[in-house]
Amino acid sequence: MNGQTVIETQDLTKVYGDQVAVNRLNLKIDQGEVFGFLGPNGAGKTTTLLMLLGLSEPTSGKAWVCGFDPTRDPLKVKKVVGYLPENVGFYDDMNAAQNLLFMSRLNGIPDEVARPKAEEVLRIVGLDADPRKRVGAYSRGMRQRLGIAEVLLKEPQVVFLDEPTLGLDPDGALQMLEVIRSMSQDKKITVFFSSHLLDQVQKISHRVGIMLKGNMVAMGRIDDLAEEKFGIGQEKYTLEEIYMKYFKEGQS
Amino acid sequence: MTGIWTICRKELADHFSSTRFILLFTLILIVSLVMAYMVGTTLRDELKDVAKPTFVFLMLFTSGKLFSLVSFIAFFGPLIGIVLGFDAVNRERSSRTLSKLVSQPIYRDSIINGKFLAGAILITIMLLSIVLLISGLGLRLIGVVPGPEEIWRLLIYLVLSIFYISFWLAISILFSITFRSMATSALAAIAFWICFSFFVGFVADLAGDAFFPVDPRAAERNPELMVTQAQAKKLISYISPMTLYSEGTTIVLNPLQKTTQSLLLMGPMERLSISRFQNPLPLGQSLSIVLPHIITLIAITMIFFAISYAVFMRQEVRST
Repeated sequence: MNGQTVIETQDLTKVYGDQVAVNRLNLKIDQGEVFGFLGPNGAGKTTTLLMLLGLSEPTSGKAWVCGFDPTRDPLKVKKVVGYLPENVGFYDDMNAAQNLLFMSRLNGIPDEVARPKAEEVLRIVGLDADPRKRVGAYSRGMRQRLGIAEVLLKEPQVVFLDEPTLGLDPDGALQMLEVIRSMSQDKKITVFFSSHLLDQVQKISHRVGIMLKGNMVAMGRIDDLAEEKFGIGQEKYTLEEIYMKYFKEGQS
Repeated sequence: MTGIWTICRKELADHFSSTRFILLFTLILIVSLVMAYMVGTTLRDELKDVAKPTFVFLMLFTSGKLFSLVSFIAFFGPLIGIVLGFDAVNRERSSRTLSKLVSQPIYRDSIINGKFLAGAILITIMLLSIVLLISGLGLRLIGVVPGPEEIWRLLIYLVLSIFYISFWLAISILFSITFRSMATSALAAIAFWICFSFFVGFVADLAGDAFFPVDPRAAERNPELMVTQAQAKKLISYISPMTLYSEGTTIVLNPLQKTTQSLLLMGPMERLSISRFQNPLPLGQSLSIVLPHIITLIAITMIFFAISYAVFMRQEVRST
């Protein structure tokens, strides 16, 4: 992390009818940081992601991603951002390289540049063994890897990952976490990482934020949050314990 | 434009390799060629040792024992549009590729524009190839080279047909945006096709009779009321794109047809004897008769596409 803020929100709010999905969210995430974005289903995580990607307009408040306002300059934001949704979809009748090439064309990357790059990212995620295999025959884990490959192909500055290790076997999950760590450390890519697998979040996140019912109830380093909830002590608390403490308080 | 062309190219490739499109196109192609062959041989035999009438080449498209090519396209053309568009957007949604597409650095309207453009290009290729094949077959069978005016008339027919089928493409894309299930959007588009192609005539008759009732005993004394009723029925029947298209193409491809408003019922012999003593309409005048039809067809195509566009642009796309 070098201190340069790449994601910032000011009182970002989204209201659907009379339901507040995201309430006055204030965030500051630096370059190269891995930010774990936590919360139960329906807490407002995906809505936040959609607003940051320029796919949903905030009801009020402001957001900036790499200095661009996603509402006013969605294309500039999408150009520098990679997004792996929770249920990533592919064109099943194409193979992995064809899927990657199609996405690279949408990103304005010429085919002669995209082809070798596609081979490289497929090798990184371990999908280079059978390049002719159609994506329709891929397992859930292979699809997740291909999703990561698609994100890497763009060489983004910021990556939004929604449950990136969902459906992966332990070995695959570890590899995926390694890829995420490498994105942050080697390429200085900011990773905005949403997951329910708290042990994985704990492994790679510099900071975490906990959303409950549209409100960010806690944000900071895991140790700081533990200190805030459990006080200073010798005992090391897991993120799961910290999260459950906030969650139960939020419920009551 | 990058986004539109990339999506358009992919859609075209998908259509060309899809079994349902290949089957439908083959069916239409075979029927068109068989019909053209039958019409061509009939014309050749009937016109043997006789001076060929003007615009005989166009008869390849307007004549037929059961039905003509023009009426065949009027009937089955909508199916092409529906097949090309009924799952355009909901297929992307169900395979979860839509959320990925919208998160790429392309304008959101590129997706729907690219899909519509691909459909329109495919319709153009299909119709152009059918018209060219039939023309080639006709040239060989009847041995008459089409004149410039006939070629122009065929081109106008082609444009009209492209817009007619594109109208159904726009409708089916609209349903594919509105309904999440592909089966529902297909059924809705077919229901719309059946209603607007076959039932509008009944509705027009009922409405005409209801709003301008004519007592058959008093009809002779009040011909204006009969005319008003017939005009009202005609006007209502124009809700149907099939009526607009059929009338438009008949006038364009048959220069001897001079009006769409004839109220008199004539037998074939009467029509033949009238046609022997009349000259064909110049292209400009035929066009001026059907200009309202053409403009309306283009307008409703654009309106339905604009509705699809607006609905799509306002929808929030999530991956779940």
